[in-house]
Amino acid sequence: MSTPLAILGIFGDAIDFIFNAREARTGGAEVGGLGEFASLTGKHLLVTVAAVGLASLVALPLGLYLGHKRRGGFLAVSVSNVGRAVPSLVLIALFIAFLGVGFANVALALALLAIPPILTNAYVGVTQVDRDVIDAAVGQGLTDGQVMRQIELPLALPLIFGGLRTSVVNVIATATIAPIAGVVTLGDPIISQSVYGDAGKLAAAIVVALLAVVAEVGLGAAQRAVTPAPLRGTPGATRRGRFFVKTAGKGLSTS
Amino acid sequence: MKQRHLRLLLVLALVALAAVGLTACGSDDSKSDSTSTADGASTETTTTASDAGGAIVSNAANGKVTLTIGSKNFTEQKVLGEIYAQALQAAGYTVKKQLNLGDEQTALKTLKQGDIDAYPEYTGTALLSFFGVKTDALPHDPAAAYDEVKADFAKQDLVALPPTPFTSSNEVAVTQATAAKYGLKNISDLAKVADQLTLYGSPECRQRLDCLLGLQKTYGLKFKKFVPVDLSQRSKVLSGGQADVSIVFTTDPQNKRDKFVLLKDDKGMFPPYNSTLVVRKASFDKAGPDLATTIEAVNAKLDAAVVQELNARIDLDKETPEQAAGEYLKQFGFVK
Repeated sequence: MSTPLAILGIFGDAIDFIFNAREARTGGAEVGGLGEFASLTGKHLLVTVAAVGLASLVALPLGLYLGHKRRGGFLAVSVSNVGRAVPSLVLIALFIAFLGVGFANVALALALLAIPPILTNAYVGVTQVDRDVIDAAVGQGLTDGQVMRQIELPLALPLIFGGLRTSVVNVIATATIAPIAGVVTLGDPIISQSVYGDAGKLAAAIVVALLAVVAEVGLGAAQRAVTPAPLRGTPGATRRGRFFVKTAGKGLSTS
Repeated sequence: MKQRHLRLLLVLALVALAAVGLTACGSDDSKSDSTSTADGASTETTTTASDAGGAIVSNAANGKVTLTIGSKNFTEQKVLGEIYAQALQAAGYTVKKQLNLGDEQTALKTLKQGDIDAYPEYTGTALLSFFGVKTDALPHDPAAAYDEVKADFAKQDLVALPPTPFTSSNEVAVTQATAAKYGLKNISDLAKVADQLTLYGSPECRQRLDCLLGLQKTYGLKFKKFVPVDLSQRSKVLSGGQADVSIVFTTDPQNKRDKFVLLKDDKGMFPPYNSTLVVRKASFDKAGPDLATTIEAVNAKLDAAVVQELNARIDLDKETPEQAAGEYLKQFGFVK
């Protein structure tokens, strides 16, 4: 009986911690409250955006190009596998040891973590484009660049976004270890538990989890918005047959 | 509709799971944190305690008493545990060891359950972690801190034996070059130059009164920049030149090997962290007077320099805690 109640109690306390500042467990300072969480969240998002931005700059062109040439599949896949096998904590530790600490280094370390899903998904997305479609495009006189930009890129977008979503969620979760390398993110209350207490630790964990969910949902919406209309059909809609009803309706009205 | 509900539930469940997961990851970190608190904070009180009369005498009557000595899971604790275990063995007790008990909460729980009979704990840590004292309310006098700890432990049927001369606390460290350049001896000497200096410390340092917050409030220091780093980097950032000032521990072996200058806490900001052996009341009564006498005798020589050397032999010279403890007992003539 008491255990579930106690768990609820801690959750309640944690949520209170997000909204109302209180004295630190070690005394002498105010911690928690919306002000502090806003600034921690800001730094967290900033380092996430920097890391994923940097990763996209490298991985997207490379993935698209390799996919277009249908070469280097081995590279794309092994980079992905190796990348996922390296624990991010180790990555950060290596960076501290060799590059020092600070925003740029943390962003770089997190970018390395973000590259594999983006690279693999971009590569796979492009290679999956129907060969006939590309042949038809080439037959109509489209240049290499045009094929990449106008055919392959739009058709690969759903998978590319899938990669981005994975990366963003990974990075949001991993950015919690940034405080050990000089960047004060939402990981601070989790790491400095002696100051923030259990409520602070859990509160930060809740905010991080929410960020990850919001990022996932938001990017999902963005993905749908940029996907060419005929490819869009949400899985839910197709399952319910709405997609077909709609096209059928269209067919009727034009005829 | 049903599906939407399910999805909402799924999302909520995921949030909860992720939160719990992160918290769990956090507890690993907090373990090392508590270790730091244990090591963390304060004044150097190197007393030349009374020589308790040379070698430990073995008492055959003690043989039927079995004592299990525990310790937390870092070097200094393990070597303390070894010293006590070997000394008690020399006094004739039957001794068992459990020298890897995690953080102080785990150690205390193990002690109360009776799986161990005693383990060394720092006065400051006990007050902060067990007895809910806030850092700003910690006594600054080692004796007062011990008295408070002793009284609090007694309420839980635990006996806190008299503490060690050494205190394992936070120190404000600079390199010799920095100290010479700015003429630094005391922490308050930093006042004129702090705005040109970068301070490195553990993430929690930022908001602790025995760390950055205290340096700001007690000494009025405003550093150019504070950079949080993992605790394990505390000496490297200083010797590597990234940090001008770093927060280290009194008994860190690197302090001596890297010739760091530890600035004197001239305003008494750091609370005392002397180590006291905490014994279960039942075991204490059963063991008789030789227990306390033996512990007091071996404690007498444990000043900061000696403990630093012991830590150095284990962390830097790769001796085992068992070897280092044995050498300590021989060196000071407790055993032959």
